Amino acid sequence: MTTAPAPTRGLNASRTTATAARVLRQLRHDPRTIALLLLIPCLMLVLLRYVFDGSPRTFDSIGASLLGIFPLITMFLVTSIATLRERTSGTLERLLAMPLGKGDLIAGYALAFGTLAIIQSALATGLAVWFLDLDVIGSPWLLLLVALLDALLGTALGLFVSAFAASEFQAVQFMPAVIFPQLLLCGLFAPRDTMHPALEALSDALPMSYAVDGMNEVLTHTDLTATFVRDVLIVGGCALLVLVLGAATLRRRTA
Amino acid sequence: MMNSVPEPPGPPDTGPAVTAHDLTVARGPRTVLRSLDFTVPRGRITGLLGPSGCGKSTLMRAVVGTQAKVTGTLDVLGHPAGHPALRTRIGYVTQAPSVYDDLTVRQNLDYFAAILDPGRAAADRRHDNVTRAIADVDLTTHADALAGNLSGGQRGRVSLAVALLGTPELLVLDEPTVGLDPVLRRDLWTLFHHIADTRGATLLISSHVMDEAERCHRLLLMRTGEILADGTPDSLRTRTGADTVEAAFLHLVDQAADAARAKETTR
Repeated sequence: MTTAPAPTRGLNASRTTATAARVLRQLRHDPRTIALLLLIPCLMLVLLRYVFDGSPRTFDSIGASLLGIFPLITMFLVTSIATLRERTSGTLERLLAMPLGKGDLIAGYALAFGTLAIIQSALATGLAVWFLDLDVIGSPWLLLLVALLDALLGTALGLFVSAFAASEFQAVQFMPAVIFPQLLLCGLFAPRDTMHPALEALSDALPMSYAVDGMNEVLTHTDLTATFVRDVLIVGGCALLVLVLGAATLRRRTA
Repeated sequence: MMNSVPEPPGPPDTGPAVTAHDLTVARGPRTVLRSLDFTVPRGRITGLLGPSGCGKSTLMRAVVGTQAKVTGTLDVLGHPAGHPALRTRIGYVTQAPSVYDDLTVRQNLDYFAAILDPGRAAADRRHDNVTRAIADVDLTTHADALAGNLSGGQRGRVSLAVALLGTPELLVLDEPTVGLDPVLRRDLWTLFHHIADTRGATLLISSHVMDEAERCHRLLLMRTGEILADGTPDSLRTRTGADTVEAAFLHLVDQAADAARAKETTR
């Protein structure tokens, strides 16, 4: 066995996929979590459909927004707890004492939860479009694309905040702290241009606003609009930026 | 196969496995290790003994390269501690078992093996390594059990098996036998000696149980961040005129306290 030089810069595809496979294997031993992850968004959509039984147009707009918000919230929660456990169980320290790049670990998590998000979003989108009569003028594939980017953003935010949480209690509290303000300002409750100018400016700086905006673009346009492309790039860019920030919170040497 | 590998180029592998000079570690406002000088000889078992809280784990974390705020010189296998080239050459077992509770024993080892020796081409070698490591810690019958469902001692052995993957040149084991029954403890010490003898590996093993000291080739006795004594179990007993390493340790503690008191009064 030769002692290969340990590459720590850049990504190693085998180590990244091994990490993603490990994360998914851990989840497979926890079928209840998988069921909750996949079924709750669907149940909420069904609920919403009949809450707005009399006004299908409202269901269209809120339903489409929620298709983007669900993956963000669930992946945020799952990732922040999963990485917190990795930090507290000592496995993170062990991994970082091994030839694993920080990027490999982050990318592995993103890949695993991204895969899960695709399944979750496909189920929710399929249900909404085919069974709940969500009226989408554009392609449902584009809805799925935005949902996937939202999931990546949620994963990235979860990884990042887990560095600042010392316990599961704190990690869960980061959900209202990080997600709720975005939820209130993203245009779901009131159109963003009707908000107080200061809040509208703030909402311009929050990634979830673009996620919801992107969903609504698909809802009302047959073709790819420039706004949609901008939204997708912003959400994707934010996810990437926060993932890099998350990698910076992983330290090989700790006190 | 493993033993016929030519020595990797670089510094000659003849000196001590670990050399520390003026090694100091601060954790917050507290100095945990105070200006330590010691060496760990190659191919031998060095026991790091001392009461809980004396800085054993911090010293081990410094050697492995996971401890922050380390000053002084600390060379490990010819590189400064924490050098990326060391990450495949050191096996490290923390005091609390660091394994995934929601994976089986084999799945845990499969994952860590894939990090140490990645790529599809290495799949067969990995499989052999994993099977051997599970057998080494006597968990073959539990290979498909979830780590979280095992007893504390068994989980500790899964953690140890991870460190045995990839035939490391230096094994750093933080209290590997704590909480194990006598039979298992004996078996593990036999395994440690087997690893040192047949693979030429260096082992640095901490314990706060003094009777394990007799099983080591060399000892580093520690107390409150300082090294009290360094030598073979025999030499420590002879030097202090004690029957056991435990008595030798107590003798040295009293001696150090007397010396400190004498220093106070002359001041």
